[in-house]
Amino acid sequence: MSDPILSIRGLRKAYASGTEALKALDLDIQRGEIFALLGPNGAGKTTMISIVCGIVRATDGTVLIDGKHWRQNYRETRRRIGLVPQELTMDVFEPLMSTVSFSRELFGLKPDPARIEQILRDLSLWDKRKSILKELSGGMKRRVMIAKALAHEPDILFLDEPTAGVDVELRKDMWNLVRRLREQGVTVILTTHYIEEAEEMADRVGVINRGELILVEEKHALMQKLGRKILHLQLTEPLQAVPPSLADWHPQLSDDGATLTYEFDAKAERTGIPSLLAAMRDAGIAFKDLDTKQSSLEDIFVDLIHNGRKEAAD
Amino acid sequence: MNWRGIWAIYKFELHRFRRTLWTGLAVPVITTSLYFIVFGAAIGSQMTEISGIPYGAFIVPGLMMLSLFTESIFNASFGIHMPRFTGTIYEILSAPLSAFETVLGYVGAAATKAMLVALVIFGTAHLFVPVQVLHPGLMLLYLALVALSFCMFGFIVGIWAKGFEQLQVIPLLIVTPLTFLGGAFYSIDMLAEPWRTITLFNPVVYLINGFRWTFFGTADVSFGAALAATLAFAGVCLAGIWWIFRTGYRLKA
Ligand SMILES: Nc1ncnc2c1ncn2[C@@H]1O[C@H](COP(=O)(O)OP(=O)(O)O)[C@@H](O)[C@H]1O
Ligand SMILES: [Mg+2]
Repeated sequence: MSDPILSIRGLRKAYASGTEALKALDLDIQRGEIFALLGPNGAGKTTMISIVCGIVRATDGTVLIDGKHWRQNYRETRRRIGLVPQELTMDVFEPLMSTVSFSRELFGLKPDPARIEQILRDLSLWDKRKSILKELSGGMKRRVMIAKALAHEPDILFLDEPTAGVDVELRKDMWNLVRRLREQGVTVILTTHYIEEAEEMADRVGVINRGELILVEEKHALMQKLGRKILHLQLTEPLQAVPPSLADWHPQLSDDGATLTYEFDAKAERTGIPSLLAAMRDAGIAFKDLDTKQSSLEDIFVDLIHNGRKEAAD
Repeated sequence: MNWRGIWAIYKFELHRFRRTLWTGLAVPVITTSLYFIVFGAAIGSQMTEISGIPYGAFIVPGLMMLSLFTESIFNASFGIHMPRFTGTIYEILSAPLSAFETVLGYVGAAATKAMLVALVIFGTAHLFVPVQVLHPGLMLLYLALVALSFCMFGFIVGIWAKGFEQLQVIPLLIVTPLTFLGGAFYSIDMLAEPWRTITLFNPVVYLINGFRWTFFGTADVSFGAALAATLAFAGVCLAGIWWIFRTGYRLKA
């Protein structure tokens, strides 16, 4: 694997209020990947992003952008980073076009109307280019924030909760945009509480809670490693109750008696499926169809944080 | 140097001023006219000359300085306070700009506007009285130096202030009284002791008299002392700004 494009080592942040928002965080982001940082409110996601982008001061630790120290080489490193902050903050009296051009020039690039046009078209903002920002809808404002972040053509993009409070359609647009950016070679780091979002888009997922990265995994590996699977059996003949001979597997019977579900640990060596099926045959229970379903990241996430708390309590 | 970034901030700030261009220029024109009507006609008829200078002309540098101070502080403090208040400062902080470049953008724009206002006052004054400037080049340089110093001071105020009302406090409660008491409209030689000596501790006296010297070649304090005081003030403000960026004071959590 090539060197990480972003490398965070021992990053700590204690705010003046005493809150320890980050506790010695280590994280490597690979070139060109989509990384989802998943965690509840107050976990430290925004703090981490803000430190990398130079908005918040780190208490301790270092960040390397493509091997370059982020404070010693801030001109070079910042030029490569685009940030879409969590809050919708903009100069509401400015026209859209000039606020996006401003962002580009602020990063030291010469004005490029063709480039800005392309960005605005990609975000379906071109028709509104002359509008004053305060006249735009919330969804458009969010896209303006993205346009500003892309105006200087960064190759690392941070999206801090890009779809919080956003309707379904815009969320889909956002996902498509992120995929297009990845195709252009942009590394995307996004934070979210929506597990489906990480599941839908990310190549890798990091779970953060109370300033600590609990785990970082390939999304698929994560789901396989930690995911529990559910086996659904469509029975040929409905059952009144689960026969005692199957009690060892603790299967659940649906209300109509037609579906038997069995939850199993996908990472376990013995899933219990062959023995369950054998026991069913012995009991004379036939089925006409079966499928297994991966449990979602949501289940994994709840599980992880729950276990984290339990360990802390022990 | 990220010249484009500096230029972007400078343009943005001037654009903001342009939105209120007419009120921004009408106010100094009207106030200057009022000063001339009140001070020039009412008081000036009692007091025809100060140190051999017609009273009307004598107050022109003071009037320009008074507006320059308040405009500089207000524009610069508002310019940096606004993005802190709305949160758009995130973009400035995350841009490849040094502290010096950021300050240059904001302070440069605020100083430009303050100087424009001072020159509008100068032009308006010409409608009422003839004013000769003995050292026009030096006058402009001095104007720029004072504008930059007060804009740096305003930048500090904008960072320090916790709300918009605090932006008004410093100009109204400190700078305007010091200016009125600092010989903007009279010569401090007209004061009885101990007031004259006490007044010499007012730094604004030096700023105004330095500026007045560039007009008439004579003032209550020597030009050297005035220049030294102005440079010292600029130095203190520069140090304050350096400290702000060094520590992240109210700029970065
Ligand atoms: N400027 C600040 N001053 C003091 N505490 C802060 C500040 N910003 C965030 N915090 C605290 O740091 C912790 C992490 O916050 P944050 O990084 O915003 O989390 P997230 O983005 O994951 O919701 C929270 O406990 C929050 O209250
Ligand atoms: Mg956050």
